[in-house]
Amino acid sequence: MVFIVIISIGIILCIIRMVKGPTAADRAIAMDTATTVSVALLVLLGFVFNRYIYLDVALVYSIISFVGLIAIARYLEKGI
Amino acid sequence: MYIFGVIITGIGAVFLFIGSLGVFRMPDVYNRVQAGTKCTTLGSFLTIIGVGIMQPEWFWKTLIIAVFVLISNPVSSHALGRASRKNGISLCDKTIVDKTKEFKGYKE
Repeated sequence: MVFIVIISIGIILCIIRMVKGPTAADRAIAMDTATTVSVALLVLLGFVFNRYIYLDVALVYSIISFVGLIAIARYLEKGI
Repeated sequence: MYIFGVIITGIGAVFLFIGSLGVFRMPDVYNRVQAGTKCTTLGSFLTIIGVGIMQPEWFWKTLIIAVFVLISNPVSSHALGRASRKNGISLCDKTIVDKTKEFKGYKE
């Protein structure tokens, strides 16, 4: 479908920024954006392939991404 | 109802692409935070709710995922932007006003 191609181009742009990014915060931002985009892509793929289990995968992936990004932010702030 | 879901999903996909393009093109960390957070929050919400409208048996689970993304994405981006400002990452050259210099604990 067209939507999957559009979203995949967005993920590729985020990965290019993650490779190029000058500082560590740029890479963390690009990773966060790519994760949020890929959660939406997982739900859309679950609809296309008609698999209900992909919604659970998307939910757990979003929770783990949130916890990981908070940990990266606390590390940059020298909190831990 | 199916056509309505397809339209909402398409709008969300366009928003996701614009957000990723903003992350790729913007000159600064903070501009990237703003572009990457606003566009992907609205885009993910619209895409996931659109899938839930297209397949009505999945609606409540997609609503749970969408509300979680809607809560957690701005919180994590705010934490990351604050951490990068406290870490002393400079703003871009075109910046006119920087009020964070007056706060305590922020490096130049």
